[in-house]
Amino acid sequence: MSQIENKTNLFDTTFKKPVRAIPIVEIFLLILLIIIPLFVGDYLTVIITRMLILGLLAISFELCWGYSGIMSFGQGLFFGMGGYAVALFANKADFVQLWGVIPIGLIVGMCASFLVAWLLLLGKRPPELIFVALGTLTFAYAAERLVAGWYWVGGGNGMSIYEYLKIGSFEVEPGRLFYYIVAAILLLVYLASRLVVRSQFGLVLAGTRQNEKRLAFLGYKVQKFKALVFCFAGAIAGLGGGLYAHHEGFIGPGNVGIGISTMAVLYALFGGAGSLIGPILGVLAIESIAFTLSDIDSVRGYWPIFLGVILLAVVTFKQDGLLGFVVTQRERIGSFGIIKSTESEPLKNLQSLKNEKKDASS
Amino acid sequence: MKKKMPLLEVNQVSKYFGVLKALDSVDISVQENTFHGLIGPNGSGKSTLLKAIAGEHYPDQGNINFNGNDITKHSPELRAQNGLNLKFQITAIFPELSVYDNILLSLQSSESFWKLVLSKSRASFHDRIMDTLARFKLVDRASSLAGELSHGLQQWLEIAMAVIRKPKLLLLDEPTGGMSPEERRATGELLLPIKKECTLIIVEHDLEWIKDICDNLTVLDQGKVLDDGTVKHIEASQSVKEVYTSRV
Repeated sequence: MSQIENKTNLFDTTFKKPVRAIPIVEIFLLILLIIIPLFVGDYLTVIITRMLILGLLAISFELCWGYSGIMSFGQGLFFGMGGYAVALFANKADFVQLWGVIPIGLIVGMCASFLVAWLLLLGKRPPELIFVALGTLTFAYAAERLVAGWYWVGGGNGMSIYEYLKIGSFEVEPGRLFYYIVAAILLLVYLASRLVVRSQFGLVLAGTRQNEKRLAFLGYKVQKFKALVFCFAGAIAGLGGGLYAHHEGFIGPGNVGIGISTMAVLYALFGGAGSLIGPILGVLAIESIAFTLSDIDSVRGYWPIFLGVILLAVVTFKQDGLLGFVVTQRERIGSFGIIKSTESEPLKNLQSLKNEKKDASS
Repeated sequence: MKKKMPLLEVNQVSKYFGVLKALDSVDISVQENTFHGLIGPNGSGKSTLLKAIAGEHYPDQGNINFNGNDITKHSPELRAQNGLNLKFQITAIFPELSVYDNILLSLQSSESFWKLVLSKSRASFHDRIMDTLARFKLVDRASSLAGELSHGLQQWLEIAMAVIRKPKLLLLDEPTGGMSPEERRATGELLLPIKKECTLIIVEHDLEWIKDICDNLTVLDQGKVLDDGTVKHIEASQSVKEVYTSRV
């Protein structure tokens, strides 16, 4: 056995493997999302479908902020543009096929985010965080004003889609089937994002968050890595927007601007930034609270105030979000190499173990 | 006999910070596989010169040639890709990543986008990483967070991150800063075998330590080269004694 293998084995025997909470949360949520439409009516299924679509928006923000350190206040822009694009195809070309809606949303979101990345991220010097935050905010605001004043895309009234989404000639009405289509898409996006952030590419992103300057001195073109993630995230937001427009049968200026972009930020912070599952928890929690409060007669007029207080409390006092109750910061960062990081100190004295091994081999 | 071309040539480099002239027409030349020390009192321009070579600062005048190419305007990324690495004065590691992942991050920088996304190379890097960790006495801490290491071990980790990339030229800015005498001695022992693999430029305050490890020294004072040559030559230099040794 080589010396290096010996060293590796020494780790396996010396370090206690910590319990991972994220996979448990992921499996629990997956099972819940699979079975929930079987136990609730069509109305609630439609509400939860909307939450899952917003989950795509939340993942898209999380890829930018939680994983790459890009404070994007413009994810709503890509979400809305995806929505407007499929609405235009539906209304102007009578095209409502699912196989077309998915790539239209993806491509429009990716192209729009590439344009923004090119202007904000790929300059000669690395941009400051605040420059990117305000830049994306400005783009989102400008887009909202633009569509609100542009009659061809419905102006302030937005655009309604009168036809249901279709698979061939089969119409997919909002309900259980639509739910499972969205859930499958969300699962695929989640797995693809997970592959990216847990890969060696993800290690570069983790380095970017911690010490961007140092990374440049290791030879990485950091801004290109950031731009790639930004475009990937933009495509996911665009896909979400496309599905949202068809699910709601409507897309308007409110779905493209600052409001929806801010919600994406809140979903991630509330659920727990630095993980992919956190923002999805954030969407489910925020939208569930909003839905429940708005349905209670005594607080019907004031529920946004209650929601605001809850959001403020979590964002202020529990900065690692809801996920922070069960997942440590170290688990969120994770490991990228073959040897996994541990949360515990060595169980035994390492030197004595080495001596034992030496004795055994001799 | 024809003289070998230097690996690094700094020609008439000047650098201003406002009205302050941090470097004043500095010339240095470093041969391959040698250890070259930069010494001088505080504020003499040692770190500024190192940063100009690494690409953190761009010179206002003069040029820098590395491995036969003019790299004066090259970005730090490009310099790093061409085999020039810097270890910062203030330890610059990734504190929330494990020691192992810090080394992996350093090693994989030349991998293609798809290889990184598909994690194609991490298995093939494993032996090399473990070997380097063993060399720098970090094997026991491979899975610890880098931020949990002692200051001395963090310095070693950063040197290990640079060495594993097999750079042609390694720039070390105060590699023994904040270390105990024992750690300094151990750092010297770790660095000496590197001479076979790459060239080193070291900025250091500890004159005794740097004399033991370096072949040549350049003495800077107020942004200018006061003297340079072999360690023996610098030790015998009257001007160095007057300006440098009396102040350090």
